[in-house]
Amino acid sequence: MTNLLNSILVIVLMLNLFALGTIRIVSVIRTVAIQGALLGLLPLLLHERFSPVIALTVVTSIALKGIAIPGMMIRALRDVKIKREVEPLIGLQTSVILGALGTVFALLFADRLPLAAHHTGALIVPAAIATVLVGFILLITRFKAISQVMGYLVLENGIFIFGMLLVEAMPFVVEMGVLLDLFVGIFVICIIVNQINQAFSSTDTRRLISLKE
Amino acid sequence: MAFALILFPILMAALAAALPSNRFRPWLIPVTGAVHFALTVFALARPDLTAGSVWLVLDPFGKIILLTVSTLFFFCSFYAAGYLRHCAGHPNRAFCFCFMAFLGLMSLVTWSHHLGLTWVAIEATTLATAPLIYFERTPRSIEATWKYMMVCSVGIALGLLGTFFLAYSSLHAGLESTLTLEGLLKHAPQLSKPWLHAAFLLLLVGYGTKMGLAPMHTWLPDAHSEAPSPVSAMLSGALLPCAFLSILRMYHICAAAGDVAFVSRPLLWMGLFSMGVACVFLVGQRDFKRMLAYSSVEHMGILAMGLGIGATALFGTLLHVLVHGLTKGMLFFSAGNIYHAYGSKSTEQVSGAMRRVPLSGTLFLVGFFAITGSPPFGPFISEFSILNGAFDAGRYVTGGLFLFLLLVVFIGMGATVLKVVQGRASFEARSRPYRDTFLSSAPIVGLLLLVLLLGVYIPAPITALIRDAVLFLEGQP
Repeated sequence: MTNLLNSILVIVLMLNLFALGTIRIVSVIRTVAIQGALLGLLPLLLHERFSPVIALTVVTSIALKGIAIPGMMIRALRDVKIKREVEPLIGLQTSVILGALGTVFALLFADRLPLAAHHTGALIVPAAIATVLVGFILLITRFKAISQVMGYLVLENGIFIFGMLLVEAMPFVVEMGVLLDLFVGIFVICIIVNQINQAFSSTDTRRLISLKE
Repeated sequence: MAFALILFPILMAALAAALPSNRFRPWLIPVTGAVHFALTVFALARPDLTAGSVWLVLDPFGKIILLTVSTLFFFCSFYAAGYLRHCAGHPNRAFCFCFMAFLGLMSLVTWSHHLGLTWVAIEATTLATAPLIYFERTPRSIEATWKYMMVCSVGIALGLLGTFFLAYSSLHAGLESTLTLEGLLKHAPQLSKPWLHAAFLLLLVGYGTKMGLAPMHTWLPDAHSEAPSPVSAMLSGALLPCAFLSILRMYHICAAAGDVAFVSRPLLWMGLFSMGVACVFLVGQRDFKRMLAYSSVEHMGILAMGLGIGATALFGTLLHVLVHGLTKGMLFFSAGNIYHAYGSKSTEQVSGAMRRVPLSGTLFLVGFFAITGSPPFGPFISEFSILNGAFDAGRYVTGGLFLFLLLVVFIGMGATVLKVVQGRASFEARSRPYRDTFLSSAPIVGLLLLVLLLGVYIPAPITALIRDAVLFLEGQP
């Protein structure tokens, strides 16, 4: 079981780097969608017994992370008719290298955190920290509002990976809360993205400078 | 009791959403504020009325924050009704709905004894306040809302990761995994240290973002200056203390685990750094609402620093939550009136407020003296008590820096405030129709009386409440 889990997490890590290195926004959205759908499968692997709560978590997380939110983002992208490139602050290659460094750092750092006996051997903690870091890099280095939202989604994915350690022990309320907030948060952000577009005729957050000191 | 305090505002919010009349809808807010305040007083007077659940418990910290939130909302509700009457042209359905739901969510934060539930409630306050900041629909308010959503969502995401780390620290120690405060406090010494420390740092950064501690405060000046004044007052005086409560709970767990030395250093540094950053931006500030926002950053820094100093400064810190909320409400209300009278927030256009709107102008000046810690107002007592605590704990450098930063803030804010209130109003400003009305000025006078009362004589029930909280933190039930 751990082998399969680790292979999925390695794919997730590679998708992180792919999201950092790709130039078209649509590809970033698709990458994050695939990542979300893969992560939605994880609770199935971690649970010995199959229960309705787990089934619900899996179905809702795949539906939200894999289908609904990326669908909304692609629609927003079509509606606002912006340029399809991500326009990063630093070069794409530099951000990929930063992401790789972040992953290495996560692997080293995770070694220092002790794990419960039945979690040793799994890559959950380093994968979670690395994905959070990549989410941060995406958030900081992109100017387009939509790209920043994608960075936020990657960040949330990282937190979701860490939640896998707790999926057995905690009541499902916390997980549902994550998904619900993810959904509502993105929904509101989407509305605002549209408003930014109307008010500034661009979704470039560099235009949002009138409140600088 | 818990359900009444949390659900009543939400029910009223639903009622406001259903009510078709734009003119009568704002009057639901004062009704909600008055009933909520009465319920709060009742809940504080009758501690035997519990919710019968380990998830919702009103402990002494919760009581102080609940009292602050409810008192400020009570005054704010009347001011908000006046404000909405002033902008009668705007549709106010979303405003009324979100404003009352916001109160319900903050009550939930104060009652929640489950850290997962606290997190959900804090995230929900972000969603409820975003449309409030966006109320005036100017490009600047869109920008402020965008920054607020983005920065706070990231902060809150880190808060969730911290909550997970905390849950794992009990799982790793072989305990039954729990996020209820009772469970965590009982087993605090056995919790796995590396996970507990990491959880504290993540929660400090995460909820610190929401609380407006530097360097994560970047959303705060924009949101506070662009939001309508009643909203700014609630954000500054009530929402930031709710985030502080979450940090306080985490501090409590770490203290019970015997880790005060580890947690007080980041709190002290962050507190002093926030005060320093606020000073830099307060000196020469031209926008008077932005000035108040940076003053909030400064006061949140004081709270973090007070907590970092520890036992001796706790009384002052908890009192400061209350007096800061009330004083800041007073300042934001009078600043809002001045803004309506001039149509500008910049000292380049605004001068002579004492003549143009005599009551609001005077109250703005008095509020400035109160917030900078001049006697005989409430903040003087709390800041003096924190300073005493710093010297008692032997932290002379911290105490000295604190005094110096307070002095810089006084001079910096003073320059801006005097430009606003002194001099002559321009012809353009004098020809605007706005005048002080009962609804727009009575709440400020009410708050002033309370702040003055807390400065001259602290009523016995409040002293008892804060002493309970200090004992609660030190581990005695």
